[in-house]
Amino acid sequence: MSENVSPPSAPSSSAAVNRRIAERAAAHAPLRRSVTTEAPWVKAVTLTLALLFLALFLVLPLVTVFLEALKRGFGVYLNAFAEPDAQHAILLTLTVAAIAVPLNLVFGVAASWAVAKFRFPGKSFLITLIDLPFSVSPVVSGLVFVLLFGAQGYFGPFLKAHNIGIIFALPGIVIATVFVTFPFVARELIPLMQEQGNTDEEAALSLGASGLTAFLTVTLPNIRWGLLYGVLLCNARAFGEFGAVAVVSGHIRGVTNTMPLHIEILYNEYNISAAFAVASLLALLALVTLAAKSVLEWRFAHALAGGRGH
Amino acid sequence: MSIAPTSSSSSVSPGPGRGRRRGGPFSRFPAPSVIPGFGISFGYTILYLSIIVLIPLGGLVLRASGIGLSGLWAVASDQRVAAALRLSFGTSFIAAIVGSVFGLLIAWVLTRYRFPGRRLIDAAVDLPFALPTAVAGIALSAIYAQNGLIGSLFAPYGIRIAYTPIGIFIALVFITIPFTVRTVQPLIAEIDRELEEASATLGARRGQTIWRVLLPPLIPAILTGFALAFARAVGEYGSVIFIAGNLPYVSEIAPLLIVIKLEEFDYTGATAIATIMLTISFSVLLIINLIQAWSRKRFGYV
Repeated sequence: MSENVSPPSAPSSSAAVNRRIAERAAAHAPLRRSVTTEAPWVKAVTLTLALLFLALFLVLPLVTVFLEALKRGFGVYLNAFAEPDAQHAILLTLTVAAIAVPLNLVFGVAASWAVAKFRFPGKSFLITLIDLPFSVSPVVSGLVFVLLFGAQGYFGPFLKAHNIGIIFALPGIVIATVFVTFPFVARELIPLMQEQGNTDEEAALSLGASGLTAFLTVTLPNIRWGLLYGVLLCNARAFGEFGAVAVVSGHIRGVTNTMPLHIEILYNEYNISAAFAVASLLALLALVTLAAKSVLEWRFAHALAGGRGH
Repeated sequence: MSIAPTSSSSSVSPGPGRGRRRGGPFSRFPAPSVIPGFGISFGYTILYLSIIVLIPLGGLVLRASGIGLSGLWAVASDQRVAAALRLSFGTSFIAAIVGSVFGLLIAWVLTRYRFPGRRLIDAAVDLPFALPTAVAGIALSAIYAQNGLIGSLFAPYGIRIAYTPIGIFIALVFITIPFTVRTVQPLIAEIDRELEEASATLGARRGQTIWRVLLPPLIPAILTGFALAFARAVGEYGSVIFIAGNLPYVSEIAPLLIVIKLEEFDYTGATAIATIMLTISFSVLLIINLIQAWSRKRFGYV
């Protein structure tokens, strides 16, 4: 009907041509693949290789933790947590993280405010210094505090005279944990706040807001997802730190043993099931951290530094 | 300053164009700004940084300088220390290479190919960052022990993995996986397809395009990933000691030797080994940075 009305059927004929082109392309498709991808067999080999590697190195260890933990039944699994030493280790780890993470959170916010909102000479040097703990071995991170506060350390005699215990006690574990988790929040917030610029805060200030009000009502909502991201990573590391804490804790069972150290003791005593039971808790935390991190990356990529949407 | 039409954009944005320093470099610290709170945030940053990081590391440097070069040499030339350092740096080097090669492969697969579960695998790549090292350590040693899942496959041929340097290598590969993946991935995502099409139009086979067009610009990122992985592997302790066997001269890593010296209250020995490790690690990072600067110049971007 409409074909009769329309002038020399231009649309329908061009559609027919298009269809013919599409058909021809489809007919040739198996022969001519895109030039910007590899041959199917190369693709298959690469993919298989990558997935096998990941299965072997990532999935297998993770699965092993839970399998070994439950190997001797659920009762044995739960019994591992009934032990007072295990409970104390869990409590100690929670305590350490509850002190270390807020400390680094406050520092991260302060440092990123100073670095991202202002211009001053030596800024990139300051950022390098903030990142420094990441390039120091965990064992060396523990060592530096033993050198300061240990029996033969610089402050050792003073601490001993005043009966203050830092090394082989809670303060040492906390400060070593603070050291290794030091950069997490700051290095997440600095690039984010640099990307966001000062315009929002300047608008708030020009409308009469005080500095604190501008920070609480403008900056904080802007950075909340980035802040959460940094805190997540910081928290995961605070729970799992082994090397630095091993050096400063002295492995006093039921006193200065954190969860990772408790795992080591159980494992060395051939109490394999109990070791893996405690390990499964930490593995679970790692999985939750990864899941939360991925959700942040997928849903709030725009609110994270560098649009972290892998 | 300039009247050229291009300057119109800079007059709109309050960004870098604003507030050029008028006097000397330190005449305004910080550059003038209406944002408040510099004093307290900067002051707190410096104070906290000093207490937690700078003073403790300064203590290490101070003690190391007390040992002196001859003292360091005496420690380094001790047979057991030398063996541990060789083992740590050797296995870390090989593990970082393997981690980088597979990291590149994984990054390519994750950005270029579409397959079910891709996002899940992408998230899983960060597992070595999230999983506590001690947990990874006992899991790996359970798998590669002679009665373990994989260890038992090799045991009949007389090959032992756990409690040998091979076990150390395995643990180090585990922790180095995410580094190269995460440094290379964003670059692969940004590759301009037209570059590949141009290469194909000019008659290059796919392999040639990958090797000579796509790979060279990725080299700085691969090197960065390698350097980070290497530095991390050298210092790694938790995941290694469970699988290493810790036999002096054979499978004893340098960080473990530091712990042993500390347990013997040999602070000087521990400091010396730590200083040697840090010096070699920083030198490697410096060399890699130089190579990076060179390749940046050579290949233009990144």
